[in-house]
Amino acid sequence: MTFVMSAPLVEFRNVSFAYEEEIVLRDVSLTVARGQVVAIMGGSGSGKTTLLKLIGGQIRPDSGEVLVDGENVGNLGERDLYRLRRKLGMLFQFGALFTDLSVFDNVAFPLRERTNLPESMIRDLVLMKLQAVGLRGAARLMPAELSGGMARRVALARAIALDPRVMLYDEPFTGLDPISLATTGKLIRELNDALGTASIVVTHDVAESLALVDYIYFLADGVVVAQGSPDEVRASEHPFVRQFINAEPDGPVPFHKPAAPYAADLGLEAANG
Amino acid sequence: MVNVLVNLFSRIGAPLTRGIVKLGFACRFFIAILRHSPVSLVRFRLTMREIWFAGVLSVLIIVVSGLFVGMVLALQGYETLVRFGASSSLGVLVALSLVRELGPVVGALLFASRAGSAITAEIGLMKATEQLAAMEMMAVNPVARVVAPRFWGGVISMPLLAAMFSAMGIFGGYLIGVQLLGLDEGSFWSQMQAAVDFRLDVMNGVIKSAFFGVAVSLIAVFEGYDAPPTAEGVSGATTRTVVTSALVILALDFVLTAFMFRGV
Repeated sequence: MTFVMSAPLVEFRNVSFAYEEEIVLRDVSLTVARGQVVAIMGGSGSGKTTLLKLIGGQIRPDSGEVLVDGENVGNLGERDLYRLRRKLGMLFQFGALFTDLSVFDNVAFPLRERTNLPESMIRDLVLMKLQAVGLRGAARLMPAELSGGMARRVALARAIALDPRVMLYDEPFTGLDPISLATTGKLIRELNDALGTASIVVTHDVAESLALVDYIYFLADGVVVAQGSPDEVRASEHPFVRQFINAEPDGPVPFHKPAAPYAADLGLEAANG
Repeated sequence: MVNVLVNLFSRIGAPLTRGIVKLGFACRFFIAILRHSPVSLVRFRLTMREIWFAGVLSVLIIVVSGLFVGMVLALQGYETLVRFGASSSLGVLVALSLVRELGPVVGALLFASRAGSAITAEIGLMKATEQLAAMEMMAVNPVARVVAPRFWGGVISMPLLAAMFSAMGIFGGYLIGVQLLGLDEGSFWSQMQAAVDFRLDVMNGVIKSAFFGVAVSLIAVFEGYDAPPTAEGVSGATTRTVVTSALVILALDFVLTAFMFRGV
């Protein structure tokens, strides 16, 4: 962790965001430095994925600033935004491979679209990226022929094709068998350290994340409720963190969705009165 | 009472404003496609691929339908013409109906249901599986890379398919008129040649099919791009492509025919 002290690559300063009336993020601040792997944890619908979209500039914050490599994403025009995105690599939840292209062509896609490299060099680069995720042997397959874990590794090779400075992972562990899950976790850590990137992992997989990351932010209802290193999190007395890492059904996150009183809903009120 | 009135207004107003908003969005989308078109014309291989999927793979249904429409036209037309002793003009009837009207219109309807629905489903599923978002994050504009080539592929294919439809229809008319009903082959072709004007009949038909090509392709790519990213959303969008295309084709056909009407 020699890079940790350098200037942050990704920084949120008091960011708020709402879809129409529904507030998704409220006054969120966080920083991710070079060489760091940071997890954003929270239940489903807590605004984790919105966070990634803000970094990629697919949506803009209502207030506050999102800084990526020193640039304010919310203020960039289309051309500058596309230039900035060359520094980003994103792994989507289920890979999002192009179904009409082979594994090789999927990994070659960003190279062919965004660079003027000759085809022979693209071939070498693609094979190197596939080798890094252990799937050089699958180069000729179509995405439909891959298992979920393999598809995600191919997508990872595609995401690192242009050597990004910031890697974003949207639920990288969802729906994977234990072996694929461990492989993906190991790859995230290794690629981050080898490429010197900053990585942001949005996830709700507690065990894998605690073993993998340098720092954790807990997000609930669009607010950062707790943060800390894995050791601090394990020792935390914060009720939300306790509920989350011990997987308790009831707690600060209630089991019941707010509703009218049970008796009234069943029509028992009248009988009592 | 006031509530009832307000409800009535909002019941009528909500779909209306929604429709207007969607129309406005479609117009802006059209401009965006045109703005991002150079890529699909410079890298013409991208568009070629879509011409293959939308155009070449539609040839079979177009050719078969054209043949049958032409044969039916000949059978129906003969029955009427023979009463006036004008059965030798059958070729003219078949050719004019096809070139001016049925080729572009029926061709476009078939194109919308065969290729338009496929384009909508493909783009809609690419959106639902986050392929379009992934492309955007790779700094590749999906309108330039995915939408524009499909749009131009449709625009280029449509007039060619309509021409094929008309040609096969005329051949079908020949099969029935000359081979089955025994009309004189010479007068069948020569009357057709004399009566069908290249600019006023053939070119107007081509102009029509070009308009239909733009309309159907735009509806198909727009519905796909605008589809809610769910199974239900994509299926609804596919249906809307076919229904909206059919209505727009028929409405446009009326407007264009009215403009081309010579009043003779």
